[in-house]
Amino acid sequence: MTVYLPSWLRRYLTPLVVGILLIGLLAGCGQKAEGEAPPVASAKKPVILATTTSTMDTGLLDVLIPLFEKETGYTVKPHGVGTGQALAMGEQGNADVLLVHAPEDEKKLVDKGVVINRQLVMHNDFVIVGPPEDPAGVKEAGSSAEAFRRIATQEALFVSRGDDSGTHKKEKAIWSQAGIQPSGRWYQEAGAGMGQTLNIASEKGGYTLTDRGTYLALRKNLKLDILLEGEKSLLNIYHVMQVNPDKFPDLEINSEGAKAFIDFLLAPETQKIIGDFGKDKYGQPLFFPDAGKDENSLGM
Amino acid sequence: MGTAWQGLVRGVELLVGLDPGVLEVVWLTLRVCGQATVLSVLVGVPLGAFLAFRRFLGRGLVVSVVNTLMGIPPTVVGLWVSFLLWRSGPLGRLELIYTPTAIVIAQAVIAAPLVTGLSMAAFQQLPQKLPAQILALGASPVQLFWTLLKEARLGLLAAVIAGFGGVVSEVGASMMVGGNILHHTRVLTTAIVMEVSRGNFAMAWALSFILLGLSFTVTAVLTLLQQGRRRYGD
Repeated sequence: MTVYLPSWLRRYLTPLVVGILLIGLLAGCGQKAEGEAPPVASAKKPVILATTTSTMDTGLLDVLIPLFEKETGYTVKPHGVGTGQALAMGEQGNADVLLVHAPEDEKKLVDKGVVINRQLVMHNDFVIVGPPEDPAGVKEAGSSAEAFRRIATQEALFVSRGDDSGTHKKEKAIWSQAGIQPSGRWYQEAGAGMGQTLNIASEKGGYTLTDRGTYLALRKNLKLDILLEGEKSLLNIYHVMQVNPDKFPDLEINSEGAKAFIDFLLAPETQKIIGDFGKDKYGQPLFFPDAGKDENSLGM
Repeated sequence: MGTAWQGLVRGVELLVGLDPGVLEVVWLTLRVCGQATVLSVLVGVPLGAFLAFRRFLGRGLVVSVVNTLMGIPPTVVGLWVSFLLWRSGPLGRLELIYTPTAIVIAQAVIAAPLVTGLSMAAFQQLPQKLPAQILALGASPVQLFWTLLKEARLGLLAAVIAGFGGVVSEVGASMMVGGNILHHTRVLTTAIVMEVSRGNFAMAWALSFILLGLSFTVTAVLTLLQQGRRRYGD
């Protein structure tokens, strides 16, 4: 192997490589020593937040978390995963607090006693998007179930999230409302996040169900239009809840931190920030604050 | 580690029970990785031979580039190939994005530098004068290439093994250009990422064991090919 190198580099190559290796080694040792140091007892333990990709992708948490950390002195470790994984993390005691949007599944965890202190935080909504030509005539449909029926009868391409996220659960609920078991070549499951699914639908000229926030955030790269919106059942409702420490006696659940985070989300100042978020960038808010409201009273 | 154990049991069950969903994913993984490896070998081995035996202007630069590309991050390749294949891209008319072919292309791009670099090293292990000697014995160019392949086969199979290992373990590019679509482009690595995001940890474990089994089996076959006719003390 003869690699061409200028002579000056050749002369200094060996000391350079050795130097880099040494520095790397020392840095490694330094880190190790740090890792072995006992945690300072007075420092507040970090709060592990399991949440959905939408709160991360829209950038809302990038605004809220620094504020919370400044106000309370806690650090937050957010895990932006699908609602399915966020709920599973809660169930295994791998998170302290959950911010998710799958009310039916959340209630199951409340009934099991895995989570407590479940509070309504905000909502946005789902919309059906598709190719501007709208071959299945979704625009003329009176309801989301009717729209899905039209897509199925036309066998127009539908791209599903297929990842057990809150959006996917919503989509499945609409299919069962429509009385259809979707299958066949026209129904494709992406098994991916919202952004990727929108991209696949756009590239292949298909329909999909999306939350408004992610669609607005990515709209400029998509050949997709909103074809159906504004139905009460298309509400996308977010709750926050903390993992019940009594369920996991051998794990160190940070319930004080979790409670502080819930109180922070429900505080009037935070709710105002949530309501204003995205107005400057997208011309409309991405989320509507709902603290203290009754879930069933939410309308469009 | 209860989940891991459950996953192992589940993985065995899925394979022994010939679960159609899993078999489909395993078969696509084998097909895509196999095609990508073959493609990268068809490009990489001749190129490696050329770089090993030919002296030309700028050869050092080409070798440096190949060596750099051996460590190219798969996500970078995924991004480039995406941009080529998207409808708005230069090859958009082929409608290849989110198809198995797109994954093959991306993976071949990832594996080709590995195969090129390692086969070049394998050929350079041979005496520099060997091609001239073989030609002097009256061999045709095809016979020459074939003889060199046989002489360098240990190193060449190492190159093939590295190429296959590179593509079978790859997830970022497969996700980007394939899209993990059920029955179309879902391979084992993207399925594992998806099952984790769904919270189906046991299933993710099961698939991870299946993937390990698959790559071990293929690598073992290649290793047997490599070591097969070698007897110690020969």
